Amino acid sequence: MALVETRGLTAHYGDFQALFGVDLALEEGECVAIIGANGAGKSSLLRSLSGVLRQKPDMIMFEGQPIGALEADDIVALGISMVPEGRRLFPSLSVEENLRIGAYRRRGTGAWDLDAVYAMFPMLKERRTAPGNALSGGQQQMVAIGRALMSNPRVLLCDELSLGLAPVIIRDIYAALPRIREAGSSVIIVEQDIGQALKVADRVYCMMEGKVTLEGTPAELTREAIHKAYFGVAA
Amino acid sequence: MIWMDTIVQGVLLGGLYALFAAGLSLVFGIMRLVNLAHGDLIVLAAYLLLVIVSMLGLHPFVAALVAMPVMFGVGYGLQKFVLNRVLGPDILPPLLVTFGLSVVIQNVLQEGFSADSRRIPAGSLETASLPLGPVTVGLMPLLTLVSAIGVILALQWLFYRTSLGRAFRATSDDPVTASLMGIKPQRVFAQATGIAMVVVTIAALYLGTRSNFDPTIGPARLIYAFEAVIIGGLGSLWGTLAGGIIIGVAQTLGAAVNPEWQILAGHLAFLLVLLVRPRGLFPRATD
Ligand SMILES: Nc1ncnc2c1ncn2[C@@H]1O[C@H](COP(=O)(O)OP(=O)(O)OP(=O)(O)O)[C@@H](O)[C@H]1O
Ligand SMILES: [Mg+2]
Repeated sequence: MALVETRGLTAHYGDFQALFGVDLALEEGECVAIIGANGAGKSSLLRSLSGVLRQKPDMIMFEGQPIGALEADDIVALGISMVPEGRRLFPSLSVEENLRIGAYRRRGTGAWDLDAVYAMFPMLKERRTAPGNALSGGQQQMVAIGRALMSNPRVLLCDELSLGLAPVIIRDIYAALPRIREAGSSVIIVEQDIGQALKVADRVYCMMEGKVTLEGTPAELTREAIHKAYFGVAA
Repeated sequence: MIWMDTIVQGVLLGGLYALFAAGLSLVFGIMRLVNLAHGDLIVLAAYLLLVIVSMLGLHPFVAALVAMPVMFGVGYGLQKFVLNRVLGPDILPPLLVTFGLSVVIQNVLQEGFSADSRRIPAGSLETASLPLGPVTVGLMPLLTLVSAIGVILALQWLFYRTSLGRAFRATSDDPVTASLMGIKPQRVFAQATGIAMVVVTIAALYLGTRSNFDPTIGPARLIYAFEAVIIGGLGSLWGTLAGGIIIGVAQTLGAAVNPEWQILAGHLAFLLVLLVRPRGLFPRATD
């Protein structure tokens, strides 16, 4: 049984349909990457998994239980936690408070607490009293990751970790991924940077116009197949 | 010396206005909701205190302890079943609903208690006074100011030192991301309004023991509260205290010149501060 599974997942914003029957699975311990062009529906998929967009109950299964209709706060309590697109730190909260609030609905004891997050991202400790939005983009991304980890998630959802960041910073941020997986979280990352996605993921899904157009391990996928799944035309 | 005395009395009066305003400021700061029934809720709490005092024979300060959890429940329920349903990007529905609530509370109180004016008896406390350096102050006005400062310190502590306070600030920043942290914004709002109603109970204690009240005086109290909140800077609790004191001092100074100028002087001070600082004395950076 997969840890997380979507079955024929659809999503709507009012009359606009963003997802058309997405089937996806995440096995325990896996890291899955979702790639796709702007507007392909990657964020809509993560918003559905995290409960921000609510669906029919059995469109999303977590450990065999239907969770598609649960609200976002109950999904965190079950162990699915999100690093949202654009970091979305709380400007009224300091760095440390942003991290602490991630533990608002903490699941028991686990690998992650303030010390563990500071050990992984030491510069956050130096800036812990600064307001969340006073940090550089890369540091904000680290806070957003740490904040999501503070709930000790079984599943970590990351939306565009590298967006708008310099290559050296992206490298620092992705360096945290093995540590996060070792600590027991399975991971779904949404990534525009295909090279980065192929490097870190066990399996990759490519989306276009609200559908999955390609799925496989990085070794299986050819450049041509990816190009076609990404843009809808052959290279 | 007479001026000194006038200013001290004004500062003490400002404590009462700050108490009227603190609950309003709290709710506005968290959910950008302007509760037009705030003054009527203070009057409602004053009648609740009156009933507890006369039925159980309790001292008003003890009665307030009994009334606080009741009023917390009233606030929680009001937010959960009424206000949460109308909160949204459009600010008009909550204004209309709280305006309607104001009318309903006044009518219900008039049905239940008639239009006669009442007062909560506080025994010897009412007339007690003590010398404070060159001036003599009434014990009740002094307690009012001390309570206002106490309430604001307690709210500051709640806001900046507790997990619930962090949830208040996060929800105020961004409710969707707050829900990703496991926070239920609707429940946080209900808790905030519940806490505001505990503050309202304290305001009602001093309103009801220091002067007469009747079912229709709520809106006039709301205006002072509003002015205090706006002068202070929307959502700033210390600003609200400062705002209350400015209005209180202006009123007593006005009254010292000519008794008929008391109310007018308060409103003029309000306009004057807004002319100089349109966003209040301590505006929040994020608004
Ligand atoms: N709040 C919204 N209201 C209406 N339509 C939306 C909303 N959010 C997204 N959409 C639309 O849904 C579609 C999918 O958007 P989504 O954000 O899921 O794409 P994405 O793959 O994450 O894109 P990007 O790479 O730009 O982040 C797009 O056509 C977008 O315009
Ligand atoms: Mg996106």
